[in-house]
This record gives sequence, structure tokens and C-alpha cells, in this order.
Amino acid sequence: MAAKTIISRPIYGTLSPQPGKHHLFLADAEGALAITDMAARAPAGFFDGAEIVFIPGPEGKYVAALEALKPAQLHIAPSFASLLPRLKQTLTNAHMGLRLYLAGTEGLIGQAMQVALEAGIDHTSMQTEHRGSLARRMQCVHCKGITENVTTQPATCSHCGLLLLVRDHYSRRLAAFQGVCINAEDRSEIPPIEEAFP
Amino acid sequence: MSTGTTKLDVVVSDVVTVNDLVTRFHFRRRDGGLLPTFSGGAHVVVEMRDGERTRLNPYSLMGSPLDTREYTISVRRDDVGRGGSLFMHNQVRPGLEMVVSYPVNLFSLDLRAKKHLMLAGGIGITPFMAQTAQLAGEGGNFELHYTCRTASLGTYADVLSERYGRRVRLYHDDREERIDLDRLLSSQPLGTHLYVCGPAGMINWVRDRAAALGWPPETVHFEHFAAPQPGLPFEVTLAVSGKTIRVGEQQSLLEAIEAAGVDPPYLCRGGVCGQCETNVISCDGKFIHNDHWLSAEEHRSGRKIMPCVSRFEGRSLVLER
Repeated sequence: MAAKTIISRPIYGTLSPQPGKHHLFLADAEGALAITDMAARAPAGFFDGAEIVFIPGPEGKYVAALEALKPAQLHIAPSFASLLPRLKQTLTNAHMGLRLYLAGTEGLIGQAMQVALEAGIDHTSMQTEHRGSLARRMQCVHCKGITENVTTQPATCSHCGLLLLVRDHYSRRLAAFQGVCINAEDRSEIPPIEEAFP
Repeated sequence: MSTGTTKLDVVVSDVVTVNDLVTRFHFRRRDGGLLPTFSGGAHVVVEMRDGERTRLNPYSLMGSPLDTREYTISVRRDDVGRGGSLFMHNQVRPGLEMVVSYPVNLFSLDLRAKKHLMLAGGIGITPFMAQTAQLAGEGGNFELHYTCRTASLGTYADVLSERYGRRVRLYHDDREERIDLDRLLSSQPLGTHLYVCGPAGMINWVRDRAAALGWPPETVHFEHFAAPQPGLPFEVTLAVSGKTIRVGEQQSLLEAIEAAGVDPPYLCRGGVCGQCETNVISCDGKFIHNDHWLSAEEHRSGRKIMPCVSRFEGRSLVLER
């Protein structure tokens, strides 16, 4: 669970069933467990009006557990990029009464939230729960390139190659933490690189 | 003392009878300048000097926010109320110098919304007059559903229909026309915000249905100025100022505190904004809470009261004021 350090650093809750007519879940990897845990607290028939979009990730687990919830629809996607057109289409056609639940890594939650914000859902109206890896999606403030799955502090920008301090400063608009050059004065100075976001 | 607001010296520039119950008042600055800008949904508190007595009532600004040469309000006559609306109807004439507060908006549009769905009941139409003008000027997407008793009491229904055509839908009680609320709420595109202004029963009905149908609370906006209700007189001790005062039958607690020379903060005087929230030091009796500010739990706790609209019945009440 991420600790609150500065105001922009997102904090996540625990999924809870909301009143609504349709329920859209997006999850990756261990995020599936947030859904199955919530299912134990959901009223009977809750998943009859639910759609789950799931990215199993490399380990490929939890699909059976989600199938067992018997949602109206279960869509398995290989990556966030691959589910994006479907997500946008769903939100474009949706009506008020649709509730959104995001669970899993911060990268998944942040990117799904970014799309949902554009569709007009307030970020406080979404249910979120962080599960699994602490890996961060990072924007290099210098070249603006985004590096996915950053686990170290500092981290190298995959676009311009600068060594960046991964800040807690987060942008909902970009769905990314900000990375700032850590050795701008003397590029030969390389601080120890630690596994900070396993 | 009104928090964060300054007063405006105005003159009544026009008084227009709208229908049997509603009269419209136009105010301009006495110095001829422009009035402060406001956004749709804002209200002003109008000071009514009626002989010995001063009433301070909030009214929504109903003119276009694009025009600040004048402020306009519409006042529905309430023959059994505490007299504010009767004063406006019977005493206020063009040329009268009056004082109004700076505008305050506790019912503003959320301009991030993809669409604005507005529900008005009766005189609750007034903030929507300004909001629709604001949105129309910006090409905003809105739909207004307006319930009135009869066509002749449908204040501004004709103006709105003429201005906005199919974006306005009217429902007349005498013709048994009713909003199909569940269907309306369920057919709105994602990103719609809901605004409701009207009688308390209507607001509660709409809020309840919206919550049940999955509208997040952030998307539901409402405004209901509770007029202070008359009630049994009661005594109050103001611990900080060391005074014991009596609240008259037709007087609000806030008005009685002010009449005693104590100057508590206020803004809306309608139980909405929270400025006059007052701590209760001790009490022996029961509260009659009429505000929309405190939570149900706070109402039960007996530790807080909103003196603008709420009253007390019992042996003793000591306030931290």
C-alpha cells in the first residue's frame, strides 16, 4: 500500500460494490484478487450486470477465478494497449449508472482512470484498489517520454537515456509519476541504483 | 458579519409582475458602474429594511452572467411566511435604494460535465435562468425539465421555451404531467451532471433516485434555501459574549443573535453554506434542525446548530458564540 507523501500521490482504497445499473471492472494480474474478495461482499446477482476486462500478465493466473464469478462478460486482453479501443467504445456508449472499478498495478489503474476522466467520470467516483507490483509508469520531465514498469530508484529514461529521480509527484492527466534528472550538474556522478518499486 | 462578502449599494431600477405569485426586481449600482461578475447559480442576500426590522433573505440571480449592468431576482409571494417576500412585493418600488451582498455561488455548474441535466420545480427555476444563459453563451450541452403547478404559474416557462426550444421540457401538475424520473436518469450519457432546485420533497426524491440508479454523489448538485421557520420563542445563552437573549416567534436564532449586537459569520442564511455553524456548549431540550449542512449524525449529536434556520425547544441552550 502506497503511503501518502505529497498531495498528488494517488492513494487507493478497497473495492466495494456501488449502487448502479452496470459495473465495469478493469484489472491486471493480482488485481483479480481484489475483485474476487469484493465478490464475497457483493449482493446476490451483482455480477449479472458486470463486465470484467482482465490482463492476466506473464503468469497467466486468476482467469478461472474470474470466470467463476459468472460476469455478464469477461474479456481477456494481452495488454492495456490492446484493450484501449474496446474500453473507449464502452465508455462512449455508456450511460449514467455505469460504475467503474479498477484493480491491480498503479500503471493499469492510472491509465484506465485517464481514459475514464476523458469520458467524464470524476476520479473520486471510481473505485480503485492497488494489488501486485509497485512498478511505476514514469514520465521524463525533460524529453516527455514515458517509461513503463519502472522498479528502480533512480531509473533510466527509455527515450533520452537521462538518469531520473522517480518522484512521488503524479499527474492524473498523464497517468505517470514525474522523473527528474538526478545528476544534472555532473553526469558522471552515478548514485547507487536500488530496487525501490518491486 | 457576512463572511467574505462586501455589500453593494444598489437602486431598484425596475419591478415587473411576472404572474399572480411572482414579481421580478432589477437592481443597478447607485454609482452607475458595472456590478461584480457572477456565475450561474449564484445568489445575493437582499437587505430589507422594514421599519425597525431588517430581514436578510437570499435570492438566486436570474439574469445572464454575461450582463452585469444589472442583477435580477424573482420573488415568489409567500402569504404565510415571515414577511420577507411580502415586503418585497408590497414595499419595493423602482427608485428605492437597497443593499445587497456580493454574489456567492453554492450551486455552480461543473463545467467538466459532458452534459448538464437540470430539474426545476416552481420558483426553483430562477438559478437555471442564469445557468442556461451561461451555457447557451458557451455552446454548452444542457436539458431542462421544469415542473410547475399550472401553465399560468409556470414562471418564465414561455421565455425558456422560446429561447431553447426542445432543450426545455415542461410538466404541469394540473394536467397530471409527471417526469418519468427513472427513465430520464437512466438514459443520460456518461459524464452528465444533475442539478435540482425546487421544493425539499422534490430534491429528496431526485437525490434518492439518482443515488439508487448509480449516479455518484459528485455528479448530483442541489440547492434549497430553507426559509427560517417560525416557532415557539426560546431563550439562549451566548457564552462567549456573556449575553442571554430571547428568540421571538417570527425571528430566526441568527437574527436574534445579531439583534443582541453579536456579529456571527454568515453567508447564505438558508441552511446551505455552513458559515454560521455554531457549537452547542450545553442544552436541555430538543433541536429543530432545518439545515442541509450538518450530517444526520451531527443533528443527532446535539453539539452543533445552524442558527440561520434551526430552532430549539426546551429549558436551556448555551451556545459558543
